[in-house]
Amino acid sequence: MYQESSKLPKVENKDTMKSDEHVSKEQLEYLQSIKREKRFIRVSQILFLIIFFSLWQYAASKGMIDTFLTSSPKAIWDLMFKFIVDGSLFNHLYVSTMETIAGFFLGTSIGILVAVFLWWSEKVAKIFEPYLVILNSLPKTALAPIMILWAGTGFSGIVVTAASISVVVTTMTVYTGFMSVENDKIVLLRTFGANKNQVLRKVIIPANLPLIVSVIKVNIGLSWIGVIVGEFLVSKAGIGYLIVYGSQVFKLDLVMMGVFVLAVIAGLMYFFAAWIEKKLIKY
Amino acid sequence: MEYVCELKNISKRFHTINNETKAIEDISFKVEKGEIVSIVGPSGCGKSTVLSILAGLEKPSGGEVVVNTSNIGFMFQKDQLYEWRSILKNCILGLEIQHKDTEENVNKVLKMLKKYGLYNFRNYYPRQLSGGMRQKAALARTLAIEPELLLLDEPFSALDYQTRLSVGNEVGEILRKEKISTILVTHDIPEAVSISDRVILLTERPAKIKKEYIMEFSMCEGERTPMKCRNTTEFGGYFREIWRDLDVSGK
Repeated sequence: MYQESSKLPKVENKDTMKSDEHVSKEQLEYLQSIKREKRFIRVSQILFLIIFFSLWQYAASKGMIDTFLTSSPKAIWDLMFKFIVDGSLFNHLYVSTMETIAGFFLGTSIGILVAVFLWWSEKVAKIFEPYLVILNSLPKTALAPIMILWAGTGFSGIVVTAASISVVVTTMTVYTGFMSVENDKIVLLRTFGANKNQVLRKVIIPANLPLIVSVIKVNIGLSWIGVIVGEFLVSKAGIGYLIVYGSQVFKLDLVMMGVFVLAVIAGLMYFFAAWIEKKLIKY
Repeated sequence: MEYVCELKNISKRFHTINNETKAIEDISFKVEKGEIVSIVGPSGCGKSTVLSILAGLEKPSGGEVVVNTSNIGFMFQKDQLYEWRSILKNCILGLEIQHKDTEENVNKVLKMLKKYGLYNFRNYYPRQLSGGMRQKAALARTLAIEPELLLLDEPFSALDYQTRLSVGNEVGEILRKEKISTILVTHDIPEAVSISDRVILLTERPAKIKKEYIMEFSMCEGERTPMKCRNTTEFGGYFREIWRDLDVSGK
């Protein structure tokens, strides 16, 4: 394939002022007001978090809430520190994250492959449409016990559970995206003499890249659901295990810590996906 | 005379569950090598279908299509630039599909972009360009495969009036200079008159050929540009004649 050697030029609208030109006072004020607003929002976000945990801690230490049910930030932190020191937190985190990543890749790739297959053969798509619709509206967590019985009670069972949650919705979303590519864009390729494989690679997939990336973002969350549900049912380790174990022995510190760690790691994975999106989609 | 394509008694019906529509009934014409032919006619009369049949995108219900080349360029009303590809990448799309994206051919495209004033924008994405520039990029993409027959389906109608005039003028000049056999479908009669050698007027659906007009202007062939044609005395005459025959008044 031909590669242009020169780097992409800085993209600038013709109408925007260049930096070396005189910038009016009004423009400067405008830029500053935008910056101010951004800063205000960021500070408020952090403040909200601090106030939330402070109030929680204050209420807990003053006995205004029952820490047996709500735990407290300090207790969670102490517990987490203990778990970090003895290394078990990383073990649980590692197990769950690996299950999520494996389930995510399995579900997303199978989902997309099936979508490609359905796009390839419209007749097959028409035949299976009602079944897909039913599968899609079925709460997939109901399938988790079956998946675990079939695929095993360990790592593989949980991975399959995680994958089963995202796979059908991936197929449905991506297939719909494939089918809604503007027809003239495909006709254009056909006037060049493109075959179906080329149509897929040159227009269907690239046109749906933004959609696929957003599916990926959603699927990360869905895979976590599957992993936690799976770990609730059968597991010897993992964040879901910590949460369900904690609730069984009425150790809310442990439950809350599990939820907190889960929130952090899921958030990190989401930002990672958003970063990939930025790298991948430049137009 | 050498012909690039010929339609012999073409007819076309479209089928839906409820009924069958006759879009085209018995259309025959030939296009000479290097000739620019415009097809005009009432809206929805099946002009675009003629192009689709010529491009092999649709099969005629009857008649015979002879196209003496496999290298056909097609241009749409919308530029259909792929928004995820840079302008240059868009322009070499056809070459890529036909596995002809050699260094030499890409250099030709770069030269073409220079000619159209798009060279400095070659690494931009389509959304960063104006409508006129985008349509010129679409032309470059179409011409990159060096088509022997160019089919233009209302290529300027999505542009605003001024841009349509100037891009239409530029494109008309290019087609004439490069002697590219072209069929232009348009509903803009002045555009058809100024750009083409011959104008074919179709009737309402089912489309038949109502009349053909040869566009001759009192200037040397080398000097002819769409804009100059618009300033001649013949121009008004041709326009009035076609407009009268089109007979859309009061509808």
